[in-house]
Amino acid sequence: MIEFKNVSLVYPNGTQGLKNINVTINDGEFVVIVGLSGAGKSTFIRSINRLVTPTSGELFVDGENILNYKGKELRSLRTKVGMIFQDYNLVKRSSVLKNVLAGRLGHTGTLRSIFNLFKKEDLALAYESLKRVNIEDKLYSRADELSGGQQQRVSIARVLTQRPKYILADEPVASLDPPTSHQVMKYLKKINQEDKITTIVNLHFIDMAMEYAERIIGMREGEIVFDGPVSQVTEKTFEDIYGRPIREEDFRGGAE
Amino acid sequence: MVKKQDQPVSGQVYAPPVYPMKTKTRITVLFVVMVGLLIYSSQRTEVTFSSLATGIPNMVQVFVKFFPPDFDIMDAVIKRLAETIQMAVIATTFAALLCVPLSLLAARNIMPNRWVYFTVRTFLNILRTIPDIVLAVIFVGLFGIGALSGILALIIFSLGILAKLISETIEAVDMKPIEAMRASGANSLQTICFGLVPQVLPQFFSFVLYVLEINIRASVVLGLVGAGGIGLLLDQQIKFYNYPQAMAIIIVIFAAVVIIEFISTKIREAIV
Amino acid sequence: MALQLPPKKKRPFAKRARNWLIALAVIAIYIWTFTGIEIDFAKAGERMANNFHRVIPRLFDPNWETFSQVMDKMMETLFIAFIGSLSAAVLAVPLGFLSARNMTRNRVLTVAGKWILSAIRAFPDLILAILFVVAVGAKPFAGVLAIAVGSIGMLGKLYSEVLESIDMKVVEAMEANGANKIQILFHGILPQIIPEFLSYAIYRFEIDVRASSVLGYVGAGGIGTLIYFASANRNWNDMGMILFVIILVVTVIDLLSGYIRKRIV
Repeated sequence: MIEFKNVSLVYPNGTQGLKNINVTINDGEFVVIVGLSGAGKSTFIRSINRLVTPTSGELFVDGENILNYKGKELRSLRTKVGMIFQDYNLVKRSSVLKNVLAGRLGHTGTLRSIFNLFKKEDLALAYESLKRVNIEDKLYSRADELSGGQQQRVSIARVLTQRPKYILADEPVASLDPPTSHQVMKYLKKINQEDKITTIVNLHFIDMAMEYAERIIGMREGEIVFDGPVSQVTEKTFEDIYGRPIREEDFRGGAE
Repeated sequence: MVKKQDQPVSGQVYAPPVYPMKTKTRITVLFVVMVGLLIYSSQRTEVTFSSLATGIPNMVQVFVKFFPPDFDIMDAVIKRLAETIQMAVIATTFAALLCVPLSLLAARNIMPNRWVYFTVRTFLNILRTIPDIVLAVIFVGLFGIGALSGILALIIFSLGILAKLISETIEAVDMKPIEAMRASGANSLQTICFGLVPQVLPQFFSFVLYVLEINIRASVVLGLVGAGGIGLLLDQQIKFYNYPQAMAIIIVIFAAVVIIEFISTKIREAIV
Repeated sequence: MALQLPPKKKRPFAKRARNWLIALAVIAIYIWTFTGIEIDFAKAGERMANNFHRVIPRLFDPNWETFSQVMDKMMETLFIAFIGSLSAAVLAVPLGFLSARNMTRNRVLTVAGKWILSAIRAFPDLILAILFVVAVGAKPFAGVLAIAVGSIGMLGKLYSEVLESIDMKVVEAMEANGANKIQILFHGILPQIIPEFLSYAIYRFEIDVRASSVLGYVGAGGIGTLIYFASANRNWNDMGMILFVIILVVTVIDLLSGYIRKRIV
């Protein structure tokens, strides 16, 4: 369970990234964060695995305040939390398998990992993860030989290999075309339901949010302005969240 | 691709190796070859870790003899240094002028005639393989000791380098404005002047400065073979065991090169 | 209606002043150069007329008897270059990391690192060779040291440039995975830089082969020693052979290394 208690983040230059956030996310939920660029979605998500550090308040993950974590504790936290990025962030020249194995680095000793002596279970797990996103035949291909959608699936496989308790996804489909975007979102949803992993996704496409989310959190200017189940959400809700009328580019389209 | 025999039998859990067999064998072979070469070459040149161990204290001992540097001979040094720089400037200038026609001939997009292109390219490549000292020795044999031999040697030496760099720049140029000019009736010379030159000019000057840096460093050593410049002075001091004076010369050379490099880098950054 | 001339382009004063200054400086340098240089053209011309037939025809008539001896020395040259280059390629790696702004947080260290590398690069290889011959004696070891030290400067600078241009987001992703710094280095940074590092190391090897072939002139081993003898004895047939072997071997090395570098990146 993730609990934000009065969490705020003020940047060194004075701007406020997060304003007094109070929210609880329960195990197994599929939450979508929506809001305009700069609303604080990315800051919110990156606070959970401490890629950014809030300046005040308390952030509880599984009952412990993670804001003061350093070194070993921090890495331990990060092995529990998997992250998927907009630009996939794979090592372009490495093979797909090596990229996916990077998910096990937090669980592998430093010396072993330098010599690529991963345990058999880890290798099997990596292969299984690749099978789950249907890309196991590209095992030894270089990551940059794959299309955007395939690279994002490798990214998902990497996160799966981590065996995380939580999955964070920061605009995972912004660089992909509509059909591929839906494919990736379907994978995320499937994993959430099959493995019961709490999943938090940043999206700025209204139709995708409404299609895949169970719960929607809307952010504007660093504050949470909406928090509720997707059944309660209409286009009007989004206009309130965005603070402006809805435009065509807010829709992804391409749903099969 | 995963090979057929590596595919898992249904029901089994498959743990693939981190690198496929092909990669592993390639890397191992390469590694063995490199180590073999290293061992062989170290035997032939008698360079081993033990020579390093005995060599380093020896080096320290000798280096101490170089300090404190003795700047008494500064007058002669400055004169020679000036000659060194002048040689490099003259040589670079002539090389730059000569390389204009040569690099045009060696650029595939300007020289459609494959034979000419190939001949000029090969000629330039051969020029680039000849060490500057060898050129200097030959010219001293022809013209006698003095700055002229050094200048001629540097011209030939830098011509190869500069022409290659420029011709590569020309080949990377955007051909469309040039096509447009040809289409509007300009002749070859006009096309080159108005279409090609503006695109290449900043890089040209940048490379000329780069070659100037190289020539100054090369000019320093040409003196060793009698081709003028400060190299001869340094060699003399060392032969007479005047190490503190030699150190003074080295410091001056070092300072001059660093300053010129610094200025040249600044100018090149401003140009491109 | 009479046609009007277009308005003159307005250039900011600072730029015009700067361009004039540069032009003046360049003219001054040229005047200094051409008046300062002392060349006795008459004497040179006389020398040339006397020596031409002694030098040029003999140069182009290489002494084939010395072929195996020359090749032997050339191989020694290659080995000197190989060891020197390899050592430099390895030793320059930590220096490259030290000088790269995204690898070392400390600005003082990165600036110091870059300065040290620039300083090393300023030394002509032959001067280093002279110094090392004084230090360890007239043997190939001096040559290896000169090549190694000389190459570290250039490689260190190139390495640091490669490092500064890698995709740091990959590093971020691995941090988010829970990897520690050493794991990030081996799995995130090294795969991004190894092809370029290798390519630059091989490029430097090409340069080092050329450099090694002259070091022998001052006693640091390799074919340079033969150059010295041929020059001292005015033996132009031998010199022709030496020239031929150098051109041949260096061309082959260049072609090989170009081919390998294309395959790597």
